[in-house]
Amino acid sequence: MQRRDFLALTAFGGGAVFASSLAGCASQAQGMPNGYKDFYFVQLSDTHWGFQGPANPDAAVTLRKAVATANALATQPDFIVFTGDLTHTTDDPVERRRRLAEFKSIVADLKVKTVRFMPGEHDASLDRGAAYKELFGETFYTFDHKGVHFIAIDNVSDPGAKLGDEQLAWLRADLAARDKNAPIVVLAHRPLFDLAPKWDWATRDGAQAIELLMPHSNVTVFYGHIHQEHHHMTGHIAHHSAKSLIFPLPAPGSQEKRTPLPWDASAPYKGLGFREVEAEDAGTTLKVTEFPVVRA
Amino acid sequence: MSGVDRRHVLQGALAAVGAAVLGAAFAQVEGKPRVIELTARRFAYEPNEIALKAAERVVIAIRSLDFIHGMNLPDLGMRLDLVPGRVTRLELHPKAPGVIDFVCDNFCGDGHEEMHGRFVVSA
Repeated sequence: MQRRDFLALTAFGGGAVFASSLAGCASQAQGMPNGYKDFYFVQLSDTHWGFQGPANPDAAVTLRKAVATANALATQPDFIVFTGDLTHTTDDPVERRRRLAEFKSIVADLKVKTVRFMPGEHDASLDRGAAYKELFGETFYTFDHKGVHFIAIDNVSDPGAKLGDEQLAWLRADLAARDKNAPIVVLAHRPLFDLAPKWDWATRDGAQAIELLMPHSNVTVFYGHIHQEHHHMTGHIAHHSAKSLIFPLPAPGSQEKRTPLPWDASAPYKGLGFREVEAEDAGTTLKVTEFPVVRA
Repeated sequence: MSGVDRRHVLQGALAAVGAAVLGAAFAQVEGKPRVIELTARRFAYEPNEIALKAAERVVIAIRSLDFIHGMNLPDLGMRLDLVPGRVTRLELHPKAPGVIDFVCDNFCGDGHEEMHGRFVVSA
């Protein structure tokens, strides 16, 4: 990773740095095969294109501003990932496709052309991902980047927030082909663990996925859904949720309902933003830096 | 309600919750529990707050009108699918005062996040 860029971003964004140590970086990195290179990627989440409401009176331009901010990064990331809820839900299949297409058109302005997409329940739950697949392809997949294995999982196309037996079998088979020390990043929309079940912040069979991941020593999960930064450990596995780009939500379980935090006209976009994830130490250390929607 | 109170009521409820969906056989259960009707529709349970008495045995008879809504009661470690056209019955027997929250856990559309309810158990 280019430290100069990292520092420059921190300077203008004022973002906090959170180091996600993937279980004892240096010693584990020693056993890694050659070929790992430091890099960084950007995670954006929960853009909810199509949302209208007082929680974000600026919703029509928030995503475009975030795209502009990402494009202003002095050194562009290797790739960008959107972890779901690209659009705000609608019952109308035509409108759903219109929103997905419009979202796709807006983010096509990103300078970085390697962009990975994932659905959220707002995109995919009402039609089990049919419209999403038409525009973005498969809802779960893997890819490898500079020695790190990325697994994008789908815990939203089933309206019951289940991965399902088929996807769990796919995950099991994929992990079986990995070295137990290989760096693995899991991308999801919902939390895989029971963060706040009374707010439906969970994945019904997420514990099975975590059980499959547990034998692997270098696993980190990045997800969205809860519209705020949150960090949690299940054993040695770190889970990091991202801010949204539409409205922030209250701390998990802190009140009766998960109603959006009110828009603060004196501080537009407060609580919103995106992050960069810097992979170092042969992919076994991931440093998270948070950035606002717009430059100060 | 304090954490201690919540644990107390939940332990009591857990001890008494039988089969989640009792079906037609329920009418033969002794004691004739009070039956409370509840409707689920996008995006609310009606009523969404139900008063119970501690030590009272009740059956919640739930009808969903428009969607396979969920009813997740995380503190009891149980959940139900509410299939339209059926009556789903939930037996509760709380032992002590407290609150038991429930939430729809099948994404049902724009408003799903508002679909909550709770049982309020008094002495």
